[in-house]
Amino acid sequence: MTDDHVDYKRRRMLTIATSGLGIVGGTALLVPFAGSMIPSEKAKAAGAPVKVDISKLETGQQITVEWRGKPVWIIRRSQEALDFLPSMVDLLVDPASEKPQQPEYAQNEYRSIKQEILVLVGICTHLGCSPKFRPELVASTDGAFLCACHGSRFDLAGRVYSNVPAPTNLEVPPHMYLSDSEILIGSDEGAA
Amino acid sequence: MSFNEWFNDRLPVAQVVKDHLTEYYAPKNFNFWYFFGSLAMVVLVLQIVTGIILAMNYKPDADLAFASVEYIMRDVWGGWFVRYMHSTGASFFFIVIYLHMFRGLMYGSYKNPRELIWIFGMIIYIAMMATAFFGYLLPWGQMSYWGAQVIVNLFETLPIIGGTLSEWIRGDYVISDITLNRFYAFHYLIPFILVALVYLHILALHQVGSNNPDGIEIKKGPKGNRWSKDAPADGVPFHPYFTVKDVMGLVVFLGLFFAVVFFVPELGGYFIEQPNFEPANPLKTPDHIAPVWYFTPYYAILRAVPSFAGTQVWGVLAMGAAIVVFFFLPWLDRSPVKSVRYKGPLTRIYLIIFAITFLVLGWLGTLAPTVEYTAMAQFLTVVYFLFFLLMPCYSGTGDNLGFSGFLLFVVSLLLTLSGLYIWWVETPDLAMSMKWIYSVTSVVLLFWFGFKPGWIKPDPVKPVPERVTG
Repeated sequence: MTDDHVDYKRRRMLTIATSGLGIVGGTALLVPFAGSMIPSEKAKAAGAPVKVDISKLETGQQITVEWRGKPVWIIRRSQEALDFLPSMVDLLVDPASEKPQQPEYAQNEYRSIKQEILVLVGICTHLGCSPKFRPELVASTDGAFLCACHGSRFDLAGRVYSNVPAPTNLEVPPHMYLSDSEILIGSDEGAA
Repeated sequence: MSFNEWFNDRLPVAQVVKDHLTEYYAPKNFNFWYFFGSLAMVVLVLQIVTGIILAMNYKPDADLAFASVEYIMRDVWGGWFVRYMHSTGASFFFIVIYLHMFRGLMYGSYKNPRELIWIFGMIIYIAMMATAFFGYLLPWGQMSYWGAQVIVNLFETLPIIGGTLSEWIRGDYVISDITLNRFYAFHYLIPFILVALVYLHILALHQVGSNNPDGIEIKKGPKGNRWSKDAPADGVPFHPYFTVKDVMGLVVFLGLFFAVVFFVPELGGYFIEQPNFEPANPLKTPDHIAPVWYFTPYYAILRAVPSFAGTQVWGVLAMGAAIVVFFFLPWLDRSPVKSVRYKGPLTRIYLIIFAITFLVLGWLGTLAPTVEYTAMAQFLTVVYFLFFLLMPCYSGTGDNLGFSGFLLFVVSLLLTLSGLYIWWVETPDLAMSMKWIYSVTSVVLLFWFGFKPGWIKPDPVKPVPERVTG
């Protein structure tokens, strides 16, 4: 074989086609590699709803339960604290809860189904720390919840103050009352 | 044929030793700032060796990890020693690297023709930060858990892809056993990538030759020294001259290092944070969380930027920019000379201000945020970025800024204005005196370093000696 009969055009086409196919194949191999890192079926299944008995929850008390690995707070608010909520409006970013941080049935003044029972995901909407409940400040403008990590503050309905790092209100998880003393967190069967 | 010849015909070890050690001529005027490159390599090796030994007893499982670390500390022979070397080594690695980077800033080691050395160095720095971050989760203490929670959530703030991206990193909806397992894999992997990057860093260095405190190119100077007619007259062989010098630095370094390992391995909560002696609890955040000290300057910048337009991505972007901006240093510095010894007063003053700013930001990043501290961090964030953005203005000697220099000045102006807006409009609780101090100082910085008033313009540059004397 001599160089006289080399078809360079054909050779270039073959080189491009071969390396092109190699690149496509190599890239396709990344799909299972990267895909293996998305949440597994086991991680997805861990999101089952949680039943909580609130009959022993006293006024002003907070209990924390775990749902999908996150803390969920249940707080029984006093009448005094509830009466104080409307006076907070000027300090808040989203006092009417217009952003979808709660199911529809909790989009009200108290951000809850029953006025006195507050259910919140206890994860700061800034960078995921768990804010601290300050029961002594429920009727004060200092904020009932303070996130110690970056100084975000929330009122006793989980509504965020303006001029803090967190951009949105704390999330209200989907939940429903199974009876007067029992809440199911993580499921609302579409409505409540 | 001797064994040596037989061997070197097949694997050119002797040639590599010549090229990179015995016949690699480094400037004879290196000072103590030149210890930190070789020290960084020693620490890297130490981290890899201690890390492999730890891996033999550590279990990357959320139920077992914390206990396995305690097992290493109490029941494994010499386990406490190896683990404290590893945890102290992480902090010392960053101390050494920060000094190494400051050396580069002082003597203009990033300037033409060493841009690639600088860029590879920055990639090494980022890979180091990734390794440290992945490693910090492994003891599965409270600070491990919540620190990882905060950092992974940084990605969640990115628009559109954020949620999916952070889930992909965690492999779960929260930091969990799955996350721990993969962080362990990454923590084991990246150090070997680091070794490869260090190899490229040194290869690029030996291609163009080392810089020195005078910023003179010895390769362009006169030729001929005691060892070779063609070698630079101002160079001495790396081995034995600088290997012996570096051993001296190593002895001092190891003295300090083992003083910490033996007497204060936690260093008052700075090297190992106290909440990390409590196992991770996903339901309770420690009262105050802060990253380890080497991340705190960037953490302070992250916290300084308030959320705006319903998203807090701005703080994350500012933090990213604070690191990325270093990559552009070779092109931001317009000075005709390299070393701070011959640069004008503006450059020297701002370099000192920048070093202090970096340290104070680091201190602020360890503290719980208050109105006063946040405002101070905002002010220092402005100072931090002006150091880079105004560099084309204050480092150059000519009047012609060019379009890019002008654009960066406009960005500096906007940055200063946003600082003023935050202090005067968004922070009603800040003391009046502080508002004035921060506002006046940032405006003065902007105009003094941006416009260079007549009496100091252009930034006078001292003549650089043609070659190293003495």
